[in-house]
Amino acid sequence: MLIKQADELHPSEITPENVYLNRRTFIRIASAAGIGLASSAVFPHLLDSQDRWPQGKKGPYDVSEEVNKFKDITTYNNFYEFGVDKGDPAENSGSFHPKPWTVHIEGEIKKPATYNLDDILKLSKIEDRIYRHRCVEGWSMVIPWRGFPLADLIKRVEPTSKAKYVTFETIYRPEEMPGQKRSVLEWPYVEGLRMDEARHPLTLLAVGLYGKDLLNQNGAPLRLVVPWKYGFKSIKSIVRIKFVEKEPQTTWNLLAPNEYGFYSNVNPDVDHPRWSQKTERRIGDFLKRKTLMFNGYGDLVSGMYTGMDLKKNF
Amino acid sequence: MPKKQVEMRILKLLIFLLALVPVALLAWRAMAGELSANPIKDITEETGIWTLRFILLTLTITPLRKISGWAPLARFRRMIGLFAFFYGSLHFVTYIYLDQFFVLDEILRDVVKRPFITVGFAAFVTMIPLALTSPNRVAKWMGGKRWRLLHRLVYFTALGGVIHYLWLVKADTQRPLMYGGILVMLLAYRLWDYVRSHRIAEKSHSRIEANPA
Repeated sequence: MLIKQADELHPSEITPENVYLNRRTFIRIASAAGIGLASSAVFPHLLDSQDRWPQGKKGPYDVSEEVNKFKDITTYNNFYEFGVDKGDPAENSGSFHPKPWTVHIEGEIKKPATYNLDDILKLSKIEDRIYRHRCVEGWSMVIPWRGFPLADLIKRVEPTSKAKYVTFETIYRPEEMPGQKRSVLEWPYVEGLRMDEARHPLTLLAVGLYGKDLLNQNGAPLRLVVPWKYGFKSIKSIVRIKFVEKEPQTTWNLLAPNEYGFYSNVNPDVDHPRWSQKTERRIGDFLKRKTLMFNGYGDLVSGMYTGMDLKKNF
Repeated sequence: MPKKQVEMRILKLLIFLLALVPVALLAWRAMAGELSANPIKDITEETGIWTLRFILLTLTITPLRKISGWAPLARFRRMIGLFAFFYGSLHFVTYIYLDQFFVLDEILRDVVKRPFITVGFAAFVTMIPLALTSPNRVAKWMGGKRWRLLHRLVYFTALGGVIHYLWLVKADTQRPLMYGGILVMLLAYRLWDYVRSHRIAEKSHSRIEANPA
């Protein structure tokens, strides 16, 4: 049996210790840099001091468009309870207390109750959803919400056959919400959905964004997200959910019924009386882009409106 | 150069530099990344509000001159008026370029269909002849009477500016109404001044008639 002997080691082949050590350091640094580069490509938010959500479609309802910066989502807001300028909510919401929080759920349901926020959080699995958000003013964002389908809550409270609509109410707390000291809008803010819209799997009750709890300026601690409708339908800081038989009143519709309809589905073919809805500026973009019917969610939601005149029911 | 003239020149230069502060601040904020998440909207709003402020400032000069009795004030009126046109032009260009990207049919549709844009556009257009006829030579060539008549257009500019602002806000009319209130006061002063000076003229006229030489 022939066993091959290892050649004898020549002294010249031995790497001097200092070179050997340097090589180790080099490899360590290089691989660290490599991992860093690779991970920054996968998780660009790491580079941007936690300012970017990892891109890419993860679930069936996620959009694959670039997510907006955390800073933009949390400093450019319409939340008139804290003031009418876009920067006001971030600036004036510091003394708002989103905890403890209770929500009254009532109306045409078999199980009316007052829930603590913690109880609501236990109702369903919390998940992240990347949605488009289109403001009626003509700008838009892509936001990674954290929440659960409103449908899960609706199932739990067992609506009666009389429940045709769901209404929502924002908290009224003028001592913590300086915007409520002036009657720019009628307080408290109220919104509503038709039952099928409320039960739609896209409709979320959000408790966070960017993987964190909602900040006060974004509607802490609990808000609605209805991505195929203009942003003002997605009511913030909800304290009451009521199931009713008749189409409810909604805040912006009360202010200007010819400008803001009950449905307020995103629709490039129905202009706001004072401006066009054909295009929008995605925050962060220079050029405007075309606005999509139902904000791009037509495949999922248009079935609810077949046979309806969307110009009349704007 | 007489001392008074030097003082006037320095004062004029000072006001000129002061009037540039809003646009300088805006440019600085834009470059430092200190505008909001929607910088184009910020630029549109900022240049717009400064246009209206300068228009109202121009209209404040005459009442201020009459009340204070300080005649040299009138010499700043043209410069402030031209700054209104300057900010108005920036505002207009922001809309044409940054908001509509020179898509002419969209712009024309906007001007025709959107009342607040119609009014704003009209207000801007009324400033053009005022700016064009601002040099002394042109005013001289026109003759004072015709020049003054033409420059009454500024009342329409101001009214158009306030209505433009009022019609574009979604819910909170407090600020446009405040500017509207200032305009009403400035116009009311003129009406009062007109009635008063006519009454004086009439009185002296009847006195002359009553005492024939």
